[in-house]
Amino acid sequence: MKKIILAAAVAALGVPAALSTSVWAAEHIEIPKEEWSFNGVLGKFDRQQLQRGFQVYKDVCSACHGLRYIAFRHFEALGYSEEQVKTLAAQYEVDDGPDENGDMFKRKAKASDYMPKPFPNDATARLANGGALPPDLSLMTKAREGGPDYVYHLLLGYEEPPADVQLMEGLSYNKYFAGHQIAMTKQLQDGLVTFADGAPNDAAHIAKDVTAFLHWAAEPNLEVRHSTGLRVTLYALLFAVLAYFTKRRIWAKLGDH
Amino acid sequence: MSTEKSAWRKAYEWHEARLPIVTWLDHSLGTKYPVPRNLNYWWNFGSLAVFMLAVMIFSGIVLAMNYTPHVTMAFDSVERIMRDVNYGWLIRYMHANGASFFFVVVYIHIFRGMYYGSYKSPREVLWWIGILIYLAMMASGFLGYVLPWGQMSFWGATVITSLFSAVPGVGDAIVTLLWGGFSVDNPTLNRFYSLHYLLPFVIVGLVFLHIWALHVPGANNPLGIDAAPADKIPFYPYYVAKDVFGLGVFIVIYFVVVFWAPNLLGDPANYEKANPLLTPPHIVPEWYYLAFYAILRSIPDKLIGVVAMFGAILILFALPWLDTSRVRSANFRPVFRVFFWIFVANAAMLTWCGAQLPEGLPLILGRIGTFWYFFHFIILLPVLGWIETPKPLPASISQSVMKAAE
Repeated sequence: MKKIILAAAVAALGVPAALSTSVWAAEHIEIPKEEWSFNGVLGKFDRQQLQRGFQVYKDVCSACHGLRYIAFRHFEALGYSEEQVKTLAAQYEVDDGPDENGDMFKRKAKASDYMPKPFPNDATARLANGGALPPDLSLMTKAREGGPDYVYHLLLGYEEPPADVQLMEGLSYNKYFAGHQIAMTKQLQDGLVTFADGAPNDAAHIAKDVTAFLHWAAEPNLEVRHSTGLRVTLYALLFAVLAYFTKRRIWAKLGDH
Repeated sequence: MSTEKSAWRKAYEWHEARLPIVTWLDHSLGTKYPVPRNLNYWWNFGSLAVFMLAVMIFSGIVLAMNYTPHVTMAFDSVERIMRDVNYGWLIRYMHANGASFFFVVVYIHIFRGMYYGSYKSPREVLWWIGILIYLAMMASGFLGYVLPWGQMSFWGATVITSLFSAVPGVGDAIVTLLWGGFSVDNPTLNRFYSLHYLLPFVIVGLVFLHIWALHVPGANNPLGIDAAPADKIPFYPYYVAKDVFGLGVFIVIYFVVVFWAPNLLGDPANYEKANPLLTPPHIVPEWYYLAFYAILRSIPDKLIGVVAMFGAILILFALPWLDTSRVRSANFRPVFRVFFWIFVANAAMLTWCGAQLPEGLPLILGRIGTFWYFFHFIILLPVLGWIETPKPLPASISQSVMKAAE
């Protein structure tokens, strides 16, 4: 019986897991695994890291990349107070209206407003970026094979192109990008931002912090998912154990054969 | 002690005399439903499939309350479920992974039927209804995958619906009907949503027929011989207890995936909003269709490929007659038993091939696997029934148990 359950478990988990890790793209690019505070059974976000990552996003990424599913109020999850969030929102302007005269107007953002887009529309975005459209980053760590590991290594993966590669006009060579020719130039340099908490600010640390922040943006319910999951799964496990002994006791009535 | 009946008892008897629903349930899944005493844990997957159907319907109804079937809003409404709806992330992850687990359970259920010859006389109609359920599940799963309106939703829908254009004469008309226009667009999403809500209830109806058809001959068993009344035990409490234990083990595995690897089985491309102007480099269906996708792509001609893909499922209807052996259980068929496991391995290999680009080794293996799939049903099974010498069958279930105890 144990063997059967084990076999069922393997069938349920193993086969699809093996599939999902199979090669999708023509060229398989190996993405090294990183340590993240949010991995593991009770993995959590590191609030300080998220705040640093947000600073990187705000100072560097947000010039071109939006975060359309994030409202200012969400930043309370990063450890900011309600007041701090209001102050932060007030640094931004959003479109509103029409007013009683029928005119649209600009006003300071409120906590309930969503992050303003960096460009009014895709055409403007392309015009400002040599024809390339900088993608929205709200779901980026879930929208690429490799997840946060991929995003982290992509940010650091810029290098000189191999001799046989002819780079197209305006593109950069990136070790981890599919096809290797990416429209985004290398952004992260050592010391590019200075963190208020004095954390290291070499390119690798900056990449790590901003990736953690983006993973929070993509999966804001991760912590409650882990903690709920542990309780639910332990409950189910206890249920299975009790059901096993119940089953044994009931079947014992049948006798030996 | 008073022999006077309680008011509850009287009310119950009054109602039972008019609609004997408790008696009916007792005969269906209770003390009056005799089941062979020797069923092993592979027989748990029928009740697990019913459980998953219920999970899918309940989570699906809640999702439908928060979902907007419009091309400009569908993707955002799913993200709203993930972020703003209370426990929306849980409901959605249960539903999305629930589809995979439903298929895992049903595939094991089907393979169990194949191994123990559960499709053979007198259970052919039971088997047929099972195939209909499987077909309805495949349709429902495909329709549901389109609803989040991600890149793989859109392009998967485009590829799969375009297959129907291979039908001679009316192919393009069928595709236009499926799309509700001349490309996959808002009308497509609307009709897919409507049908995705409809089909699960069709499945519920088919499940009723499936269980009804099960009750006429009664359950098969690992020995594959007809069970004498003395070798049967009531479904309640014995198999209810066993199924509940199986359910406990199953939900632990299910929850581990839902809570710690909810995107493991999904395609990352589906976290990007559908873009009709940008084809993903590699369009793949969900894992549970990959074996059939591999069969489709292993044949260069489009029409023959489509016929082979659907034929691979439809051939199951003929299985009770393609298998000419009268011995049900593979435990007594030493040669068939080997070929059964080769068939399972071949299905796994085809599934792997379906996830690869159709070139080089995956294409060659896909072609070998496709050949073997049909060879197994059309040539091997009929011939094997004639030439194989089965092991002697025990006279009864209790005799077999006593022999094992010696």
